[in-house]
Amino acid sequence: MGTQGYLLTVITFLPLFSVGAVLLLRSDDQVWIRRIALAASLAEFVVSLLLLRGFDSANPEYQFVERHAWIGESIQYHLGVDGISLFLVLLTTFLTPIAILCSWESIHENVKGFFVSLLLIETAMIGVFVSLDLFLFFVFWELTLIPMYFMIGMWGHDRRIYAAVKFILYTMFGSILMLVAIVWLYGKAGTFDLPDILALMQSGQLVFPPTTELLMFGAFFLAFAIKVPLFPLHTWLPDAHTEAPTAGSVILAGVMLKLGTYGILRFCLPLFPEAAHRMAQPIAVLAIIGIVYGALVAIVQTDLKRLVAYTSVSHLGFVVLGIFAFNTVAIQGAIFQMLSHGVSTGALFLGVGMLYDRRHTHEIKQYGGLATPMPVLMSFFLFIALSSLALPPLNGFVGEFLILIGTFQIHHAWASWAASGAVLSAIYLLWAYQRVALGEVTVEKNKTLPDASTRERIILATMAVAILFLGVASPLFTRRMEVSVNNILEQTSGSRNASRPVASPHAPGIAALRPHRAPTAVAELQVRP
Amino acid sequence: MIPIPGGQLMNLQRLAPEVVLCLFGMIVMVADPFVAAARKRTLGWLALVGAVLALASVHIANHFPGPAYSDLIHADSFSIFLHVVILSAVVMAIFGSLDYLDQENIQRSEYYALVLFAAAGMGILAGANELVTAFVGLEISSIASYVLVGFRRRSPVSNEASLKYFLLGSFATAFFLYGIAMVYGVTGTTRIEDVQAALGQAVTADGHVPALAILGLGLILVGLGFKVVVSPFQIYAPDVYEGAPTPVTALLASGPKVATFAIMIRIFYVSFASAQGYWFWAICVCAVLTMFIGNLGALMQTNVKRMLAYSSIAHAGYILVAFAASTALGVAAILFYLAAYVFMKVGAFVIVTHLGQQDEKRLLIQDYSGLGTKQPVVAACFSLFLLSLLGLPATGGFVGKFFAFQAALGVSRRALVLLVVIAAVNTIIGAYYYLRVIITMYFQAPHRDYAPTPVPAAVAIALVIAAAGTLYLGILPSRVWDLAQTAAGSLFPH
Repeated sequence: MGTQGYLLTVITFLPLFSVGAVLLLRSDDQVWIRRIALAASLAEFVVSLLLLRGFDSANPEYQFVERHAWIGESIQYHLGVDGISLFLVLLTTFLTPIAILCSWESIHENVKGFFVSLLLIETAMIGVFVSLDLFLFFVFWELTLIPMYFMIGMWGHDRRIYAAVKFILYTMFGSILMLVAIVWLYGKAGTFDLPDILALMQSGQLVFPPTTELLMFGAFFLAFAIKVPLFPLHTWLPDAHTEAPTAGSVILAGVMLKLGTYGILRFCLPLFPEAAHRMAQPIAVLAIIGIVYGALVAIVQTDLKRLVAYTSVSHLGFVVLGIFAFNTVAIQGAIFQMLSHGVSTGALFLGVGMLYDRRHTHEIKQYGGLATPMPVLMSFFLFIALSSLALPPLNGFVGEFLILIGTFQIHHAWASWAASGAVLSAIYLLWAYQRVALGEVTVEKNKTLPDASTRERIILATMAVAILFLGVASPLFTRRMEVSVNNILEQTSGSRNASRPVASPHAPGIAALRPHRAPTAVAELQVRP
Repeated sequence: MIPIPGGQLMNLQRLAPEVVLCLFGMIVMVADPFVAAARKRTLGWLALVGAVLALASVHIANHFPGPAYSDLIHADSFSIFLHVVILSAVVMAIFGSLDYLDQENIQRSEYYALVLFAAAGMGILAGANELVTAFVGLEISSIASYVLVGFRRRSPVSNEASLKYFLLGSFATAFFLYGIAMVYGVTGTTRIEDVQAALGQAVTADGHVPALAILGLGLILVGLGFKVVVSPFQIYAPDVYEGAPTPVTALLASGPKVATFAIMIRIFYVSFASAQGYWFWAICVCAVLTMFIGNLGALMQTNVKRMLAYSSIAHAGYILVAFAASTALGVAAILFYLAAYVFMKVGAFVIVTHLGQQDEKRLLIQDYSGLGTKQPVVAACFSLFLLSLLGLPATGGFVGKFFAFQAALGVSRRALVLLVVIAAVNTIIGAYYYLRVIITMYFQAPHRDYAPTPVPAAVAIALVIAAAGTLYLGILPSRVWDLAQTAAGSLFPH
């Protein structure tokens, strides 16, 4: 673990510093508040790209590590990234400027507070992804809640207060039990430091009795599963996503849900491997129910934003399923799906938000035939919808495909059921598109709607480029994840006895799927554990 | 034999904060006739000087640690830590009182003198190493607060609160005194360490403690439980806290609680260390009751002051979770929690004082609607204190709760794990009512009846101290946590 300057600290706290700059401005100086927020978030994105330059994808250790004593001896300020968190940090820094740009004109009240909240969320989310100390992680984890709570409650739609309270009580309930588990873990391990705890476990100095392990796993998993959200804990999500302002939905769906799946991958699996394997079956079943149920409920929605919200339940089910397949390909697919869902669903919410800005409704009935008055916006919308329903070669396809392949190796039935979700997603998205964009213009008001403005075109084009890039250049991402994913798998299977069936930690990754290795790749993929 | 410490001067140095407080209390009263009625506020500043000097003089006591007055009082790092906490609360409360008394037209010297005397009583309680001395400290602080609670003489609510507090409070102190008498009857001494030694000898081979001693401890728990507002002795608290002038409520909810927890720790942890098996369960039961009654009670309130009263009951419950740990770490966690608690609680009450307006007419949660847009800074401060009370990271309240959980889980005992889980569930119940105030302030349309109120300088200073303390303890708790651990260590010399 080499120390490479203070890059992660800078990335984590740059938005917080820009909050200071924004606070210095007068509240009615809306133009400059927006400009500074945008400039800060763009600068943040550029700085975060530096991570890519220094990142060594062959190194299984955490990189850009910073480690200082914070509270006493046991609580440290310990940051670092690996191939998993790296891209999630980039996803965050990529989506924040977009979220700021999409709120340019739709937010009129208390503009200062809005952008301050947005930047605070960015700091907190990046903090979650780079923390390697459980205490520090928990601090950032909880800090994401309050700005999001304000964002839904102050700038949301009609039922915003209900949605905000539901959101925060749900997530807090999960996290407080996780806090208890974290403190308990400290009682056993004597440290909050994740790598240190894992090292203690590897060397056999720290062993949990099965029941204890299961309870601790449960406390962590509940917090993450609520965040993901895993069926049946998903009921906060449709309300929160629907009532939040566009930027809030983009951040919620784009990044915040991934805090849950990231947490499962980073903490639940390596810390409690036995329990994770024991619980894999029921969790996978819940994930599959979520995939199918989310898709079915999405089909019957009459509210466009709610429809998009339910697609998240379905898509995140894929991620959880991929994680609990315990093999390299599936987990790479899960991580890729996190990124791609962040971009695609974020883009869907952006499109829905643009419609809302024009008509102030999410009712599908109020739309129809929109392709005639606004061809550009609707073309982008179609492109985004296609990416979300996993059309090759766009991003959605890569993630779902890898997850299905990986899962298929473990459990045929799981993969088959999950695949039905992919079919259903085509139904709800294309049908929604048909009802909104195709045919005659059904509502008189819609005939004169303006097409996408320059600002909106920039936003949509950026998202489209990102979608295409993720889809076409997916090996650039998966290659950098592979070592870290194997590392996690190794930790997850390390303490298990050999008799239990488990995928080899060194199962061939996505590299095995590349054409020049095709002959062996097929053979390798068929190696059953 | 009790060693006689060297010289009167040393005694006074070890008691420096109390000496300064009493001195200024008397100066304020003597100066009263010489100050014109319209300028009584000056006396408030004089009292403030006294409180700040007392805070500074803690340094003197810290310089000469050791027993004072035949070992009746200890100036150890435990009592030093608590003196700083208590006096910080007093300073903030006086800052918050200055404009309040003007507004209510009760600007009088007695108020400030009583606050200083009450603070002296709390100081004695925090340092007391002997039960009768503790009783004297408790009475000094209690009697001053009985009067303070009824200080808005023309308000029936204030009078009712005062009478209620006086009658029930006298009962409680009587319980405490009976308890002391029984302990004396068993052990023949009232010094904290001597009781420990005597009880250690009285314990039978199979670990039984004489029944009379346990009865005495039970009575002491009733008396002290009343003062720290622990269920089932909390009945009086919401009424009294609601009826008292708000700055007095701020003081009541912080100072006596801190001081009484100090003597409780000394009695339970040191004197009755050998009876831990007995009082552990009593504390656990009290903790569970306190948390649930506090939080469920707060859930139903529409009055901010009453809600904060119930919330302070709930916080006593969280502190009892750390108390039940029965370790040095538990004591350190209690001390840290008390420090964090004082800043957030007094801060919250100072804001309620400020927003209350004349005759405290603006106390309903609903009256705060739209505060976020009308008075963004006040609303932001209030949110900070509420979030800290709720226990959100980056605030003192979170770190306090974290240390409390850590202390309780540090002992491998199933009951304690259950206790922590109950505390966690209660935190979620708490989240609902704290957040409800934030919803009202930020998410609802502004209230028409109330125009924005300018924040006077004194209130602003109090708020800055409270907010800075809350954030400091939340983000950089290291130093205070070290001090708390040292203080806890000084209780257990071996």
